[in-house]
Amino acid sequence: MKIVVCIKQVPDTTDVKINPQTGTIIREGIPSIMNPDDKGGLELALRLKDEFGAHVTVITMGPPQADAVLREAYAMGVDRAILLTDRAFAGADTLATSHALAFALNCIEHDLIITGRQAIDGDTAQVGPQIAEHLKLAQISYVADARFDGKDKFTVKKELEDGYQMLEVHTPCLFTVLASAIKPRYMSVRGICEAFDKEVEIWTVANINADPEKLGGKGSPTRVKKSFAKALKQPGEVKEGTPEELVDIIVAKLKEKFII
Amino acid sequence: MNKADYKNVFVFVEQRGGVIQPVAFELIGKARELADALGEKVVALFPGCGIKAQAQTLIEAGADQVVVMDAPELKDYLTEQYSQAIHQAIMHFMPSIVLIGATTIGRDLGPRLSARLETGLTADCTKLEISEEKELMMTRPAFGGNLMATIMCTEHRPQMSTVRPGVMRRRELDKNRKGEVVDFAVKFDASKFNVKLLETVKNEGNQVDITEAKILVSGGRGVQNTEGFAKLQQLADVFGSKAQVSSSRAMVDAGVMDHDRQVGQTGKTVRPNLYLACGISGAIQHLAGMEESELIIAINKDKFAPIFSVADLGIVGDLHKIVPMLTERLKKEIKK
Repeated sequence: MKIVVCIKQVPDTTDVKINPQTGTIIREGIPSIMNPDDKGGLELALRLKDEFGAHVTVITMGPPQADAVLREAYAMGVDRAILLTDRAFAGADTLATSHALAFALNCIEHDLIITGRQAIDGDTAQVGPQIAEHLKLAQISYVADARFDGKDKFTVKKELEDGYQMLEVHTPCLFTVLASAIKPRYMSVRGICEAFDKEVEIWTVANINADPEKLGGKGSPTRVKKSFAKALKQPGEVKEGTPEELVDIIVAKLKEKFII
Repeated sequence: MNKADYKNVFVFVEQRGGVIQPVAFELIGKARELADALGEKVVALFPGCGIKAQAQTLIEAGADQVVVMDAPELKDYLTEQYSQAIHQAIMHFMPSIVLIGATTIGRDLGPRLSARLETGLTADCTKLEISEEKELMMTRPAFGGNLMATIMCTEHRPQMSTVRPGVMRRRELDKNRKGEVVDFAVKFDASKFNVKLLETVKNEGNQVDITEAKILVSGGRGVQNTEGFAKLQQLADVFGSKAQVSSSRAMVDAGVMDHDRQVGQTGKTVRPNLYLACGISGAIQHLAGMEESELIIAINKDKFAPIFSVADLGIVGDLHKIVPMLTERLKKEIKK
């Protein structure tokens, strides 16, 4: 079985700070990480490799620095890594991103494609299903577990708001995976040492037989009109005192607002 | 593409087990405002099986027209079946705007449709407005809620967005509202159906929906453990069934609380009448999920905690002392 996992390098948003004057992200000093849901997806692929000898390829679209997440994937145990990087991809929204990845995936043999459910910098959860549509593959999103029958069928657990579903699907297909359900392995020491000697293939538009009209800003139906730091409302009063006094203040407020 | 050919604001009406989901009513409420600003109609796309009798409710909620797609293939949500149905309806009716709830269903269907239609989709919008040029302005949080972005889709139709449950307000049902119910027959291509639903399992235990609660007593790291949350539960119990206990992400990750009680960017968006934040520092991801609450009272030991920046009343103190004391006081007050 051939598996391709799409991963993304993202800024660790728990550390993101905003410049209040300009309303833009302060990128300096923000660590870059492998997107958590993608890492969960990678783990699912590696489990299928452990159990069924699947061949696992990772691909990422991004700037040259995104090489780092591919090395991390090598250290976790993947067989092949591809960096899709080209100025022509710049300014892409989710649709143009999904087209670029779909063109590339068309050039890689696959029985199963895995993406993370969503990336923590955009939180859109759109690129996975959009890739599936372009490649005419069945998709299952919010995947928490997938059992392979050893031939061509998966039994998949899909998380819902208030429970889960069990679904059956035949390969080829695409899963978007939840990190919370599949805990990724650590890089092995040997894997880390070897990761730096392994080849990361660099692909550009020239490698993927793409329709240039569908890429980058040109292929993006949506445009960011403006971005701004969130306007927080005016803070109210902050009170200190003994617990008894503070309880009085809370009770008075609840009465004032007709909560009690 | 001629933009003038595309008209009206469409809402995908999500049902589960034949029950229309609250988010559908919220979206119809918003669609009503947008359609009025455009001078157009609100159309509800209603797929399911044996659901037609409920179409009138959607009219009472604000729809001018309900397009009923009643077929056994549409009984339960499955990506391809629903994509075919909604895609065909969109190609037939040519809406200018399509709104979809950002649920596990809507976030599966929306992107699939946008790719099939080759149009834009903006995820998890918190604000939708019509510009002077009659375009849809879609505002959403990015970078974990650190930044807001206003996004437009001016050269493609339809303009599509998903909206999280609890973000928009539903309108009161108007029993006298009149509208039109039409049937739409989907031509399914079953050769594309590759996913089979084996079973749907609901989580055991009492289902709580914190988005429906009028009062939320919410706990963060400062609550520390299950015993701490028991104190919050006792406080919530004083208010009866309209109050629930909710949690920050930290306590969910720590395994103290269930994910379905989590408030914030990766949890639920809530807007109760009272949000009582206990021992929650107020990470931006958390604030994104609760700052629209009517009244926010925060109890925290650290007087510089960011939660105080959104609180109407900030209480600097030890919640482990204040909460039990408040519980006893409120018992007496409510008895009066």
